[in-house]
Amino acid sequence: MKYFGLALVLSISMASSFAADYVIDTKGAHASINFRVSHLGYSWLLGRFNTFDGKFSYDAAKPEESVIMVNIDTTSLDSNHAERDKHLMSDDFLHADKFPKATFKSTQVTDKGDGKLMVTGDFTLHGVTKSIVIEAQKVGEGEDPWGGYRAGFSGTTKINMGDFGFKKNYGDVWLDLHVEGVRQ
Amino acid sequence: MVKNSHDSYGYVSKSLHWLMALMVVALFSVGAYMVTLDYYSPWYKTLPFYHKSTGVVVAALLLLRVLWRLANLQPQPLPTHTRWEKALARVAHALIYVLLCGIVVSGYLISTADGRAISVFDWFSIPAAGELFLDQARIAGAIHEYLAYGLMTLVGVHALGALKHHFIDKDKTLKRML
Repeated sequence: MKYFGLALVLSISMASSFAADYVIDTKGAHASINFRVSHLGYSWLLGRFNTFDGKFSYDAAKPEESVIMVNIDTTSLDSNHAERDKHLMSDDFLHADKFPKATFKSTQVTDKGDGKLMVTGDFTLHGVTKSIVIEAQKVGEGEDPWGGYRAGFSGTTKINMGDFGFKKNYGDVWLDLHVEGVRQ
Repeated sequence: MVKNSHDSYGYVSKSLHWLMALMVVALFSVGAYMVTLDYYSPWYKTLPFYHKSTGVVVAALLLLRVLWRLANLQPQPLPTHTRWEKALARVAHALIYVLLCGIVVSGYLISTADGRAISVFDWFSIPAAGELFLDQARIAGAIHEYLAYGLMTLVGVHALGALKHHFIDKDKTLKRML
C-alpha cells in the first residue's frame, strides 16, 4: 500500500511533466511586443503593438518540445506619436490596411541551458513569411497568488525592413517580446 | 468698393477669394509632395510644419469668409447665365465650402490624435482635443486625402467655368472677381 501510494504520486508527477499549455496573458496585459529602430544612429525609437494574442506549450524538463504561436494586429501599432504611427502603418512600411495580421509560429526550439532557448519559427509580416530566430530567456514560472500557474519569457530578434518587402527600407528592426502565459 | 454689390464683388471678397485660392493650391501641392519625402530629406519636418501652420491660417480665413458672405450681399448671376450654369455654379460653390471645412477638420484630427497641439509658425498653438475615436490619425488621414483630391477636382471645374464665361461667352463673370 505504501508503495502503491508512492507509485501514484510518481505517476501524477510524471503526468504533469508533459508540456503544459499556456495562454499569453493579454487580458491582464502581462505581455508586450515592442520594437526598436535606430533613430539616425543616435538613439533608439521604441514602439509596440497593443493588440495581439498567442499561446505556447512549455515543460521545463523538455524545453525543446515547446511550441509558441503569436498573432499580432499590425493596425495596433503605437509609438506614442499619432502622425508617426500613421506613417509606419501606411504602405511605406507595414501597409496595415492590406496586411492587418502578422503571425509567428515556432518550428523548432533548441535548449541552450540556463533557461536560454533558441526559438526558430516562421514570421509572417507584410504578407512575407521568413524564418527568424528568437533568442529567448525564461524569466520564471510558478503559482500566482490567485490560484493559477504562470510562466514567463523574454525574447529578442532582429528583422530587416527590406527582407519583408517594406517600400521604405531604413534597416533593422529589433523586436523585444515579453510574454507571460497562464497555464490552462 | 469694400463691400459686395448686386453686381460685383467688393475688395474684401476678392482678396479673400484670391488669397485663399493661392494658399489652398499651395497647400495641396505641398501636401501631396511632403508625404512622398524620404525620412532623411531636409524637408521632412519643415514641409509638414508649414503645411499645418498655413492650414490653420486658411481655416481662420475660411471662417472670416463665411461670416463676410453671410453679412454681405451676393452678386446675382448674370441674366445671360443659363439655368444649368446657375445650378452647377451653386452646387460647386457650396461643395467647395463643405470640402474646405472637411479638410480643415480632418487635418486637425490627424495632428492632434495623440494630444499634441498644432504649432502655427511657432507663433501660437492650437490645442488638441485628444483621440476622439479609434485609429483617428489613419482614418482622418484617409479622409483628408480624398477630400483634398475632391476639392482640386471642383476647383478645376470652377476655373474652367470662369474661363468659359470669359473667353467663350465673353461675359463679365470672371471680371467681377478681379
